[in-house]
Amino acid sequence: MPASDFILNDFTISDNTPVETHTLAVLVDNDPGVLARVIGLFSGRGYNIESLTVSATEQEKLLSRITIVTCGVPHVINQIRYQLERIVPVHCVVDLHVRARELGQDKPIQRELALVKVLAKGINRVDALRLAEAFNAKMVDATVEHFIFEVTGNSSKLDQFVSLMRPIGIVEICRTGVAAVNRGSKGM
Amino acid sequence: MKYDHTAAQPVYGREMSGAAIVVQALIDQGVKHIFGYPGGAVLPIFDEIYQQEKLQHILVRHEQAAGHAAEGYARATGKVGVLLVTSGPGATNAVTPLQDALIDSVPILCISGQVPTTLIGSDAFQEADTVGITRPCTKHNWLVKNVNDLSRIIHEAFHVARTGRPGPVLIDIPKDIQLASGFYVEPKFVSMGYRPQLVGETRAIDYAVDLLCAAKKPVIYSGGGVINSGAHAVRLLRELVHIGDFPITSTLMGLGAYPANGKNWLGMLGMHGTYEANMTMHDCDIMLAVGARFDDRITGCLDAFSPDAKIIHIDIDPSSINKNVRVNVPIVGDVAYVLEAMMYRLRGISSMQEPSARESWWQQINKWRERKSLAYHQKTNVIMPQYAIERLYTLTKKYNPYLTTEVGQHQMWTAQFFGFDEPCHWMTSGGLGTMGYGFPAAIGVQIARPDDLVICVAGDASIQMNIQELSTAIQHRARVKVFIMNNQYMGMVRQWQQLLYGNRLSHSYVEAMPDFVKLAEAYGAIGIQCTKPGELDDCIREMVACDKPVLFDCRVVNLENCFPMIPSGRAHNEMLLADEVTDDVMENAIDANDRSLV
Ligand SMILES: Cc1cc2nc3c(=O)[nH]c(=O)nc-3n(C[C@H](O)[C@H](O)[C@H](O)COP(=O)(O)OP(=O)(O)OC[C@H]3O[C@@H](n4cnc5c(N)ncnc54)[C@H](O)[C@@H]3O)c2cc1C
Ligand SMILES: Cc1ncc(C[n+]2csc(CCOP(=O)(O)OP(=O)(O)O)c2C)c(N)n1
Repeated sequence: MPASDFILNDFTISDNTPVETHTLAVLVDNDPGVLARVIGLFSGRGYNIESLTVSATEQEKLLSRITIVTCGVPHVINQIRYQLERIVPVHCVVDLHVRARELGQDKPIQRELALVKVLAKGINRVDALRLAEAFNAKMVDATVEHFIFEVTGNSSKLDQFVSLMRPIGIVEICRTGVAAVNRGSKGM
Repeated sequence: MKYDHTAAQPVYGREMSGAAIVVQALIDQGVKHIFGYPGGAVLPIFDEIYQQEKLQHILVRHEQAAGHAAEGYARATGKVGVLLVTSGPGATNAVTPLQDALIDSVPILCISGQVPTTLIGSDAFQEADTVGITRPCTKHNWLVKNVNDLSRIIHEAFHVARTGRPGPVLIDIPKDIQLASGFYVEPKFVSMGYRPQLVGETRAIDYAVDLLCAAKKPVIYSGGGVINSGAHAVRLLRELVHIGDFPITSTLMGLGAYPANGKNWLGMLGMHGTYEANMTMHDCDIMLAVGARFDDRITGCLDAFSPDAKIIHIDIDPSSINKNVRVNVPIVGDVAYVLEAMMYRLRGISSMQEPSARESWWQQINKWRERKSLAYHQKTNVIMPQYAIERLYTLTKKYNPYLTTEVGQHQMWTAQFFGFDEPCHWMTSGGLGTMGYGFPAAIGVQIARPDDLVICVAGDASIQMNIQELSTAIQHRARVKVFIMNNQYMGMVRQWQQLLYGNRLSHSYVEAMPDFVKLAEAYGAIGIQCTKPGELDDCIREMVACDKPVLFDCRVVNLENCFPMIPSGRAHNEMLLADEVTDDVMENAIDANDRSLV
């Protein structure tokens, strides 16, 4: 067996691959310091964070789930995973993109929610509402001069919604960051 | 609240003060010595220490020294070294040794006092965010908020420090928690969540053994992980070398795992490694890296690192694998477990190459050896630093001494010229390169090994970074021998300035050098000065025979440089060798592009 055929778990990754964006799911103890450790790791080692969400998910086991979207060459993304696993209160790290590939799927399900406050008067109001409808956005607040829309979807859909709304007049945007799971019945 | 630590009754669930819990937990973890320095935020713990006899406290003169002493203690014994410091400046002074221990994988526990929980965040007197400051320089740290968590956290801390890849941990204990009364839990009742993988994957191990058996030009590159793994790992490594007749080299941190007097030994590799070690690495076809982390001092130019080699890498930390160098066969696990499995398979295999199949490889290696890359010319009127270490080695090896070093040329010369035949007898700051490490580390070793010979080889600049610890050595009768290779310069810095900065020796001359003999005497230690090669042996004998701490001022030639040297960014086969280095070569050794490398 030549060494190059010797694929051992995921250590063997070829070198000349371009930058990829991956989503990591990290199960951690529900301690105040853990998030600081995770973020410190990224800043200290110069890794990228494109999105980060945290929430207590399994209360009875005192666990939280951190979802991180990061980009880098596969070798670096692998390093990130192993560096995260070194953190003592980190229980497990799953690269959802790698897992999706293993499961024969394209990519994990990723969703984000945005609250978008739009200033709209007169004929602009019709445009705003039409756009909202096209994006399946929910109106959660309104006066004669503004709307607040709640829109959910993958990040690029949200980007698009925001860029189309911008000419109408956006005052404020709040986005949750990405939540992600893999398709199928298996857990992480 | 007072607790009698000498009483032998079971202590599960006994109620006592937080401070008493700390002392009891340390005792139950088998700790005999701790290194520390008092202050307001740890007075309750010091008061407990005062009232018992099982745990001996070694008072240092600076918290940094407590940390390095704990490191030395840990390195010599394989146990977790413990230090105790106060809040604020006490804790910040301990940061350097924590980072040092993190990079060099040394298990130490730092207990720091903190302002009372009610004052945290109020900029209270001597408050610092210790957990925040030390988060990136510990393997893990804890702020204790409830006295009933205290004993569990301490036991967990010991477990984390010594398990897997060892490292430093810190527990920050607010003063009100030390004074509060809570329940003590014994170690055996604490369950540990942290469990690194120890056993290597069988498929990978089998494949690695096949590669080794078929190798024509194999080499073993061993590192600090072998020492960390323990005596059994060392035995197995030696057996492996013997069975396969493999050439073996080691990193700075791994010296002693394979004996320097063994016939397969190539000497240290890397930036200041031997010609034969680096050439063997460069030309090998199969490399077995054991508990080593492909540091930049080892690999040099990454693109030219062992271009034809298939690399097998055994490491307990998955993040060490493929970090700097891509390997072909990764094996995650503890060295002892993995080597045990490899030996088991090897013993059952008959396809191991006949020794003759590797004859030409050994012939090649012996040719490289003949290059005698460590050769130097001893002079009659001045002491050469290499000669000083050689004499030190020859005259002390019968005592099987423990050696620590400071950082600089003297450190490299010690690594090159002192022969280490046993593990755990060599303590040096490799990853962080901390000047000021060696002397306090030697004190820590001496506390653990009171009857043995402990020598700190120091530079004239480094020794001044923690010279105040002479007082500690005197107080605790630590008969440490400090062998100062006094060249009047920060030699290593000067060497780089000569190579890279047109010989402009900016601030690397150590002006206003103290008189080390008088300095020793001022502290109540012994000072010895030696300037002539002819007197060196007698002076060394005098030093060894002395039952007090000694400052040995060994005046060596001032401008000697440390070779061989692979300039940063170069390949293993582009070493500078002492006899080839003219002024011209010195000046052009490193081009402008590589200057940014360290
Ligand atoms: C001035 C100066 C010059 C230097 N020049 C050189 C030089 O020329 N040559 C040289 O070699 N070094 C040199 N060094 C030291 C260098 O910087 C590194 O510290 C050293 O090379 C690292 O050694 P190591 O690879 O053995 O790793 P260590 O730091 O000892 O790390 C050990 C590795 O083993 C793993 N490990 C730990 N425990 C276990 C276990 N139980 N089982 C399996 N794996 C385990 C760890 O995860 C880690 O990857 C120099 C330092 C200084 C200050
Ligand atoms: C705390 C710290 N500061 C600075 C350095 C950078 N440095 C590395 S070697 C060295 C000079 C050491 O000089 P000396 O102790 O006299 O040893 P020599 O090289 O002369 O043997 C310096 C300043 C360091 N390693 N550690």
